[in-house]
Amino acid sequence: MLTVLSNMVMPLVVIGIILTGMIKKVDVYDCFVKGAVDGLKIVVKIMPTLIGLMVAVGVLRASGFLSLIGTLFGESLERWGLGSEVVPLVFIKMFSSSAATGLVLDIFREYGPDSRTGMFTSIMMSCTETCFYTMSVYYMASKVKKTRWTLPGALLATAAGIIASFFIVLYL
Amino acid sequence: MLNIIWGCMLLIGIVYGFLSGNIDAVSNALLEYAESAVTLCITMAGIMALWVGLMEIATSAGILKKLTQLLRPVIRYLFPDIPDDHPSMDYIATNIATNIMGLGWACTPAGLKAMEHLADLNDHDTRASDAMCGFLVLNISSLQLIPVNMIAYRSKYGSVNPSAVILPAILATMFSTFVGILFIKMKYRKER
Repeated sequence: MLTVLSNMVMPLVVIGIILTGMIKKVDVYDCFVKGAVDGLKIVVKIMPTLIGLMVAVGVLRASGFLSLIGTLFGESLERWGLGSEVVPLVFIKMFSSSAATGLVLDIFREYGPDSRTGMFTSIMMSCTETCFYTMSVYYMASKVKKTRWTLPGALLATAAGIIASFFIVLYL
Repeated sequence: MLNIIWGCMLLIGIVYGFLSGNIDAVSNALLEYAESAVTLCITMAGIMALWVGLMEIATSAGILKKLTQLLRPVIRYLFPDIPDDHPSMDYIATNIATNIMGLGWACTPAGLKAMEHLADLNDHDTRASDAMCGFLVLNISSLQLIPVNMIAYRSKYGSVNPSAVILPAILATMFSTFVGILFIKMKYRKER
């Protein structure tokens, strides 16, 4: 049921956009090409970050340090059918989306994206943001030093997302 | 912040690699992961181009502007201390709308602009205003409905059904945003 509906969202969004565009007499194809160029530029822009952070994650992983953290916290998770790798992932996701992506791909490679661990990873990554990164960028731009209740609120929302992902995966 | 984290990740990894005798694996990882990052970008390029292309059509067709109008009441409800026609309203609306649609790179510029205008409203105090805190909590609670990146990664690693994540992700995102909004409203009420 979930899967069937999920599969329909993407095509429906595409139909909606194209149809509205054509009704409004937008040059849909010209527009698309223009946007696609921007999309490619974005990929080029994030490529260096991705290389840097994936290498860092790769080194951490190959050294055995991540599995050390995983085994320290992850034993109880395995009772729920989740790999211990999700522990460092949850932690890193709060700092950097690209670094977390490196871990996600590791998890997909090892467990497969359709496994319980893979699904938890997919959902958790989709419903949380890079809390510390976002805060530092936004507050740096507005020269704020005292962030008051931003961090408690941000952590609470992040925790809610992680808990929701966990329960959704359990009952999927 | 990121500089320290990145540096520490490498340092810890290499030092721990020496200690645990995994230094050969660490050495291989340096090259291997640099290469796989590029491979990943090539896979992502197609999907990114498709999505941003479609969003460009949505912008030209006025779908984004409609969203901004639609979101006005929401912003008034969340941040009652922002004056009605303050310029920060538009940027907050654009940020929320692009965030929901997964236009990550369009929503950050709008978000930064919104923060600048909120700083004006706050007399450039180094202490964040309620609206600033609330706006950031809302952002960090994650608003994106369709996790395009995740779908792309899933298909790259052989998922039978890459988009199976969409509906669960929407549910989880709605829950985290609900909790975030609850917290924002609580904080606002407390100060009155």
